[in-house]
Amino acid sequence: MRTAFIDTLNELAEQDERIWLLCGDLGFSVLERFAARFPKRYVNVGVAEQNMTGIAAGLAMSGKIVFTYSIANFPVMRCLEQIRNDVCYHNLSVKIVAVGGGLAYGYAGYTHHAMEDLAIMRVLPNMTTLAPGDPVETRLLAKAAAARPGPCYLRLGKAGEPVIHASEPAIGIGKAALLRQGDAGTVISTGGTLGMAMKAAADLAERGVSVSVLSMPCLSPLDTNAVLAAAQATRRIVTVEDHGVGGLGSAVAEVLAASSVHPGFIAMHLQPRPAVVAGSQAAMHAAHGITSSEIVRTMLSLCEYE
Amino acid sequence: MTPVETHSIAQFAAKIRAHALRMVHSVNASHIGTSLSMADILSVLYVRVLRVDPARPDCPERDRLIVSKGHGAAILYAALAERGFFPVEWLADYCQDGSKLMGHVSHHVPGVEVSTGSLGHGLPIGCGMALAAKREGQLHRVFVILSDGELDEGSNWEAVLFAPHHQLDNLTVIVDYNQIQSFGSVKDVLDLTPLQAKWEAFRWSAKEIDGHDLMQLEGALSQVPFETGKPSVIIAHTVKGKGVSFMENQLAWHYKSPSKEQLEQALREVELPS
Repeated sequence: MRTAFIDTLNELAEQDERIWLLCGDLGFSVLERFAARFPKRYVNVGVAEQNMTGIAAGLAMSGKIVFTYSIANFPVMRCLEQIRNDVCYHNLSVKIVAVGGGLAYGYAGYTHHAMEDLAIMRVLPNMTTLAPGDPVETRLLAKAAAARPGPCYLRLGKAGEPVIHASEPAIGIGKAALLRQGDAGTVISTGGTLGMAMKAAADLAERGVSVSVLSMPCLSPLDTNAVLAAAQATRRIVTVEDHGVGGLGSAVAEVLAASSVHPGFIAMHLQPRPAVVAGSQAAMHAAHGITSSEIVRTMLSLCEYE
Repeated sequence: MTPVETHSIAQFAAKIRAHALRMVHSVNASHIGTSLSMADILSVLYVRVLRVDPARPDCPERDRLIVSKGHGAAILYAALAERGFFPVEWLADYCQDGSKLMGHVSHHVPGVEVSTGSLGHGLPIGCGMALAAKREGQLHRVFVILSDGELDEGSNWEAVLFAPHHQLDNLTVIVDYNQIQSFGSVKDVLDLTPLQAKWEAFRWSAKEIDGHDLMQLEGALSQVPFETGKPSVIIAHTVKGKGVSFMENQLAWHYKSPSKEQLEQALREVELPS
C-alpha cells in the first residue's frame, strides 16, 4: 500500500502544482523520489508533528493541498488538537497519511500500534476517513483524497500487501465496494483485513455457506446505503478490522441501531489490550481473535443462533 | 512618525480600548487585561504596518496577522471594526447568542485569518504561510502575536526551530510580554528569562521594546526583517490591563469583568486628553 500511495502521489504532484508533501523525519526509501522531483513542494519538518500539522494548515490556507506523512499514531495523536482546530475547523485540504495502520508494526510494540486512530478521526468535523484494503484501493482513494477539498485521513498498511481486487472497483469517498455476493450474511471489512475477509468467505463457501464481502474503506462519510442493503439482503453482518472499538464496527452499529433493520450482528475488532510481548502482525491478530477462521466461526455462530 | 501620525494611532488605541471595555462589560466576559496589554501593538499594526484592504479581506497579496493568543478576541474585533472590516455596531453583539464575535478569535469574522484560543497553534500556522510565500516569491508578510504564557507550549518551540532553518525572514513574531499568565506571574509559573537570548540562540533576530511606546512599536515593526534571511521577533514589554489604573498588573483582570461604575471610570481613564 505504501508503494501504491507514493507512486500515486508522485503522479498527482506531476499534474497539480498545489500538492505538497511534509514528513516528520520518516519515509526512508519511500519519499526520496518526491523530494528529488519536487524539492520546492517537499519539507522534512523534523520530529515535530504538531508543527508539521500547523505548517500544513498554513500552507493549505495559502491554497496548497498538503499531505502530511508519518507512521502509526504520530501524525494523528501527537498533533490531534492541531488536526481538530487548525485543519478540521478551518476545513483545509490537509491529507494526513499514516503508514503502519493497526498492528502492522507488530513487533515494534504498543507505541507503534495504531489501534484507536479510526475511532478518533471519523468523528472529527469535515474529516474524510479512509482505510484502503489493498494497493488498488490505495491508488483510487489517494486520488480521491487529493481531489476532494477539505481534510482527509488516509490510513495505510505497510508494504507488500497482496492485491485483492482483480479489477478497479467503483469505490470512492462514501462508496463501498461489493467484492463477493452471497445470501447468508455479509462480512464488512475496512483496511488491511480485506484479504482475511475474502479468505473467510471462500472457506464458508466450501462449507456451503455463501456470504457477501463488502469492502468499506471510507468510514466517514460512511456508505450507509451499502450497510442497510447488506443488512436487508443477507440478515447477518460481521464486521472485521485491524483496529479497536470505535471504528468500523461502531460505525456500522450506529447505522443499524438507528434503522428498522435488525440483522444478526457481531463486530470483530482488536481488544483494548496493549501488547506486552513482541509478535508479528499475524501473531497479534490471532491473539486478538482477528483471523479468517475466527470470521468463519463468528458467521457460523450467527447462522446457528437463528 | 510625525506627532500627527502618532496622535492618530493613539486615538485608534483609545477607541479600541473603550470598545473592548464595553464589550466585556456587556456580557460579563473575561480577558480584558490581555486585551488592554495588546491594544497598542494592534493599533500600530492596523494603522501603520499591515498591508490589508478591508474591502478585499481575502486579497492574496495581503499581509497576514495571526493573533495566537486567541483570548484577546475583544480587542482584535474592535481593531478590525475600527479599521473597516465590519461595522462598529457589530461589537455590541460580542458573545451574544448568534453573534459571529465569539469569545476567542474566530475566522468566521471578516479580517481574521485563523481561529485561535488553544495556545501554541498560531506560530506553526504562520510558518506554513511564510514558507508558502517564500518558496513562491510572494512579497506579503506574516505577523504572529504570542502571549508570554503561551510560550510554555512546546509546539511554539518546534516552530521557533523551524523558521530560521528555512530562512523565513517574511515572518515576524510579537511577544506580548506582560509578565502575568493565567494563574500566576510568568516568573513564578515558568520563568522565561532570558527571553531575548533564547530567541537569539534559536537564530532569530530579536529586539526588546516598550510595547506601549507607539514610536518604538512603529520603529521596530517598520524595520522588519531586522536581518535578511532571519525571522524577526519583537519582545514587547507590556502591562496587563494597560490604561486602566485599577486593572494594571492585576491577575484578577484576566477573569473579572468591570461593573457599571468600574466601566465608567475605565472609560474616562482610556480617553485621550483633548
